[in-house]
Amino acid sequence: MIEHAADMIVHGEAWTIKELFVLPNEYIYWSIQIVMYPFMTGLVAGAFVLSSLYHVFHVEKLKEIAKFSLVFSFALLPVAMMPLLLHLQQPFRGINVMMTPHFTSAIAAFGIVFTTYACIVATELWFVYRVYFVRQVEKIRSQELKSVFDIGRLALFTALTLGAMDTSKEAQVKDHKACSTMAAIGIPVACFLHGYAGFIFGSVKANALWMTPLMPVIFICSAVVSGIALCILCYVITQEIRKFMAKRKMARWADDPGAPTVEQLEGAKQEEVSMVSNYLLYFMIAAVTLEILDMIFRGYTQVKSWDILREVLLDRDFTKIFILQYGLGNVVPFLMMILPGRNVRRTTIACALVLFGVFMMRWNVVIGGQAFSLSFAGFMHYHLPIIPHDAETFKEGFFGALTVMVTPFVLFYFINKIMPAFHKDEDVVH
Amino acid sequence: MERRDFLKNSIMIVAGASVPLSALEFVDPKEVLAANLDIHWAFLLNTHKCVGCGFCVKACKTENDIPFNAKVTRTWVERYVYTKDDRRYIDSPDGALNGYTESRIDLGQGNFQEIDPNNVGKAFFVPKLCNHCETPPCTQVCPVGATYKTDDGVVLVDKEWCIGCGYCIMACPYGARFFHPTDHVADKCTFCYHRITKGLETACVNACPFGARKMLNIKDINDPNTQIILNERVGVLKDEFGTRPQAFYIGLAQEVR
Ligand code: SF4
Ligand code: SF4
Repeated sequence: MIEHAADMIVHGEAWTIKELFVLPNEYIYWSIQIVMYPFMTGLVAGAFVLSSLYHVFHVEKLKEIAKFSLVFSFALLPVAMMPLLLHLQQPFRGINVMMTPHFTSAIAAFGIVFTTYACIVATELWFVYRVYFVRQVEKIRSQELKSVFDIGRLALFTALTLGAMDTSKEAQVKDHKACSTMAAIGIPVACFLHGYAGFIFGSVKANALWMTPLMPVIFICSAVVSGIALCILCYVITQEIRKFMAKRKMARWADDPGAPTVEQLEGAKQEEVSMVSNYLLYFMIAAVTLEILDMIFRGYTQVKSWDILREVLLDRDFTKIFILQYGLGNVVPFLMMILPGRNVRRTTIACALVLFGVFMMRWNVVIGGQAFSLSFAGFMHYHLPIIPHDAETFKEGFFGALTVMVTPFVLFYFINKIMPAFHKDEDVVH
Repeated sequence: MERRDFLKNSIMIVAGASVPLSALEFVDPKEVLAANLDIHWAFLLNTHKCVGCGFCVKACKTENDIPFNAKVTRTWVERYVYTKDDRRYIDSPDGALNGYTESRIDLGQGNFQEIDPNNVGKAFFVPKLCNHCETPPCTQVCPVGATYKTDDGVVLVDKEWCIGCGYCIMACPYGARFFHPTDHVADKCTFCYHRITKGLETACVNACPFGARKMLNIKDINDPNTQIILNERVGVLKDEFGTRPQAFYIGLAQEVR
């Protein structure tokens, strides 16, 4: 009989273990990449919100980190889409979302919201860097001998100026205004981009853990938290690298007469980091309050699903939720930041923990939501595939997630060559 | 411009413009496919009659090309056992593809539970399939509109257009959907649309030796099965989700979810 043939592995079977009564078609269909998706979009949105604090509310002290986070959020942008593509069973049909968007679906708007958002970030970046592009063009033009490399750069920067070569004071003021406008439009769009990632989960009525109108708000708050934490972390690390290079005069810019000294770098870092970490604290309080409220509400109302949810939340996933997410990811960094004697190093470690905490939160929502059966009479366990043995366990396994994690840094490296995040140009008004 | 030329030009313009206009008039696919609006397909399952033989599951897998050795299925049968000391057991090994030949309960992960026959309070089987909900959450969430409800009440998936995001699978409260093991798109029961539209029974109805499964046109009140739904006490699964399922059950217990 055919039944005795070797089992054919269906999607999800490779990493799902079923316990007690689970419906035959139930598997953990949304796996690690769907954990990565809200995590990455959260970072994009958060980084952008941080950069807007300077541009919209003119928090002068944040000037440097704002510029950095704007460039970084641009590097993160393409990565927000990657996990979705890696997750699709038919990745080559992904474009169908743009061709026949079905607007009753929360995912359908993704293409549109995402493109709008990308345009806003790109426009804002252009206004920030326009004068810099013009200066580069002028500099290369004035050079006597031009190498092939220079000619290439000239062509690139000329194209990037889009023909707007005016660097008068008035033009720069206009740039600055435009920047603030774009940032102001960008904040709601960034929140929307991420809030609706929360809506994708919150609106699934079939899932007892996901379905709550708080989900989008929780997602936005934790997105801002993660974005700010990542920016602080990367900012400190890049500043450390710059300090190191300034000390040893390794970088090209280190020989410029106007190059920042080690002390200047250190000073700027401390001030900005301490200011931004206060924002981080506010958003953390908001995020955790909402999450706890959601949980208390479920426990208090005790609807039908509570029995199984209690078992998942308070028993099976206890370590992941209360020890790793809330303990290590929220309480510990919170204490580290409010206890007296806070310094840059402590804040940086706290930020790394916060990032871990937000990742665990995404994990506990996405995987935790699939940890119990629709029958409420069984459980599913997720085993992240580490060593890939086929395309699927690569894409939706540890290495797939790692690829998504690493890409923004690679992109940032290249984007930073064209739009240096730490460039200081005296005549630029911003 | 002479009057004649003016008229001639006007006619030319009007004629020219009318071509693209008519080309723009969209043809409603529903009209072309001429779904019969006097038909609304529904399903009736009698849990008193089901013995858990699993013939329906085999017939469905054969008819609809779902490999026997893949652990997904468009229809399945669940077993409920209540013991006298008020313990409840549910299982559905391989979706009952091979029928229930063993009395012990499959607890998953290779564990089994023997049950003393003298301790059994009540026990019954519940066949399940897609409910072809009247307000299906699965079609609502599809980002590309690849899954849809036909005018005669059947929920289908377009295999050529599905991007395989799995959102519909997550949205179905009944676990009716899965990814097809070889096509890599969302798959589910179609009420054997290719058969019922030709006047045939679905494969599972055909295969059930005990008449536990019935297909019906709920708009035809003379249909004997519609009469049962109209006159007897029937239930649907998980109506709290507001999905308005079109698979009706006789003899449903509250624990069946
Ligand atoms: S049972 Fe599930 S797959 Fe079938 S129509 Fe209802 S929601 Fe959709
Ligand atoms: S898996 Fe296919 S049918 Fe289901 S929601 Fe995604 S695109 Fe639509």
